[in-house]
Amino acid sequence: MSSAEITASTGGDAPAEPRHGWRLFIMWFVLALAADLVIWFVWYPHMPPGRMSDNAKGQQFDIAVLAVSAAPVIIFVLLYFIYSIVVWRAKPGDESDGAPIHGNVKVQLAWIAGTTAIVLWLFIFGTVELVAPGGAGGGEGPSPIWTLAGTKSSTWAPGGNDTLQVQVIGQQWVWTYRYPQFGGFESSVLYLPENTPVEFHVTSLDVIHSFWAYKLGVKADANPGVDNVAYTSATALGGFEVRCNELCGIWHGAMYNSGYIVSPSAFASWASGVQSKEQADGVLTALPPYALTYDPTVVPQLGKQIVTIDGITGGAGYYYGPGNPVTP
Amino acid sequence: MTRAAALIAAFLIVVGVGVFVVVYYIGSATTQLPIVHYTASGGQVSVVLQEDAQNDSASRPDWVSYYAQDPVSKQWLHTTLFSVPANTKVNVTIYGYDGCTPLRNNFFSQVQGTIGGTVTVSQFDQNGKEYVTNDTTSVINTWSNCNAGHTFAIPDLGVYVPVASPNANLSANNLCSSSPCVTQGNPYAVETFSFMSPSQTGTYRWQCLIPCGGGFLDGNGGPMQTLGWMMGEMDVVSS
Repeated sequence: MSSAEITASTGGDAPAEPRHGWRLFIMWFVLALAADLVIWFVWYPHMPPGRMSDNAKGQQFDIAVLAVSAAPVIIFVLLYFIYSIVVWRAKPGDESDGAPIHGNVKVQLAWIAGTTAIVLWLFIFGTVELVAPGGAGGGEGPSPIWTLAGTKSSTWAPGGNDTLQVQVIGQQWVWTYRYPQFGGFESSVLYLPENTPVEFHVTSLDVIHSFWAYKLGVKADANPGVDNVAYTSATALGGFEVRCNELCGIWHGAMYNSGYIVSPSAFASWASGVQSKEQADGVLTALPPYALTYDPTVVPQLGKQIVTIDGITGGAGYYYGPGNPVTP
Repeated sequence: MTRAAALIAAFLIVVGVGVFVVVYYIGSATTQLPIVHYTASGGQVSVVLQEDAQNDSASRPDWVSYYAQDPVSKQWLHTTLFSVPANTKVNVTIYGYDGCTPLRNNFFSQVQGTIGGTVTVSQFDQNGKEYVTNDTTSVINTWSNCNAGHTFAIPDLGVYVPVASPNANLSANNLCSSSPCVTQGNPYAVETFSFMSPSQTGTYRWQCLIPCGGGFLDGNGGPMQTLGWMMGEMDVVSS
C-alpha cells in the first residue's frame, strides 16, 4: 500500500505527514555534535587512566575516540525511541492497525552500510591501537613483538636512551621489583625514571597474579614460571599505585604497593644506594642468579646443607618436590 | 503427587547440602578469634608473639601457627588478632620455636621498616644455653645460614621482618612439639624490634611471607591463608 493509498483510506483530508526522517536527522546531528564536542574538549582530559605514561595517554585517547564514536549511536537509539513514543503514540480510542510496511530498501542499505562502517572502524582502530606504543602496555608474553625504541644494555645510566629492565615479582600478597642492571637488587617500592623506555618482566613465585600499574596504563599477568614482558615510558613525575588484578587468595584485595616516577638522575642515585646497601648486607649474593623467571631448584645450590626438621619446615627445595609442583 | 514430593525432597536435599557447605567450611573459617589488646605505657606498647611448628587446635594440629600473649594474664592465646594504639612506638618480641625455613624470595631476609632497620636476636638451645646473645642485625639470611623460621610483615607499613629460628643444626629433632611452647626444655630464638604504629586508625593485615603450609601446593595453603595461624590483623586504635 502506498502512502497515497493510506491517505485516501483515512479520508483523504488528513494533514500531510511531516518529514520524520529529516526531523530525526537534524535533531540527531545537533545532539551528537554537541555530545562529541563535550566528550572531546571537556571529558577527554579527565578520562582514566590519565596521562602519566605514553601507554596511559594512548589508552585515554582510545577511550575518548570510542566515546566519540559511540555517542552518536547511543543518541540515535535514544532519540528514535523517544521520538516514537511522542510522535507515533496511538491516540486514545484509535484501535486501527498500522500501515503494512514490508521494507524500505533505502533504510536497509543505510543500516547495513552504517553498521558495517562502524564495525570496520572499530576493528581497524582497535587493532592499530593495540600495537602501539610498545604493545599498548599489555603483557606480550616472553617474546614480545612490539617493543619500545631503546638500547638494550646490561647497565643503565641517565642521559642515554637505555631501556631500563625491571622484573616484577608477585607472591601472596606482595609485589617486589628487581633491577638486573643494578646487580639484581630488589625493592618493595617501584621507582622508575621519567622519559625512559621501561621493560617489565612480570612473573610470580606462587599463584597467578596480575601486575596492574593503572596510572601507567600497564597490565600484565604474573604467571609462575613465565616471563611476561610489557613496556611503558613514563612522561610525568609523581606517584602511582600497583595493584593485583587477578583473584589470588584471601588478601588479593590488599595486594598493592606504591610506585614513583622520578627524574633519571634521582633514580640512578636511589638505585645505586639500594644496590650498595643490599650488597653490603649480603642479600645480593644470596639471591638466585638473575633470571627472567625464578627457578626454585637453584635454591639448594646457593646455601649450605639445610636440615629437615620434623618433616614440616624442611630444607631448601622442600616445597618444590614432586608432590608440590612449582607450576600449579 | 509422588512427583511433586520427589521434587520437594530433591530441592530440600540440595538446599541442605548448600547450607552444610556454608556452615561447615565457610563458618569454620570465620570462627571468632580473640583479639589481644595491647595498651601503651609511656608512649610505647609491647607486643609479644610466638611462632610454633604446630598448634593446640583439635582440627588442624599440624599447622604452623603464631600465638599472641595476653599482656595481663600472660597467657598465650591462639590468635593473630591484636590491637595497638595509633602513633605509638610498638616494641615487638617474637619467640621463634619453629625451625628454619627457606624463603622463596631472599629479599625478605632483610629487615625493613623497623626503627633503625634492625632486629636484635638471641638464640638458645634446648638446654637453655645461649649461643647467640643480642645480635643486632639488618639481615637474617635464610639461604646461606638457615636462621629464619618465618616472617612478620605488615606490607601497608613497609614492615618486613624475618623471624629468627633456633639454630638448625643445634635444634634438629629437638624442636618444641607441644603448643603453646615454653622456653624451658626447648630450643628457641628471641627477636625484638620496634616500629611506629601509623597515626591513621584502622585494620592492617600482617602475614608470614615464607611459604610454610606444609602439605599444600607450594606451601601456600592452609595456615598461610587462614586468620589465626600465619596471617593476622593489627587493629590500630585511637591512642
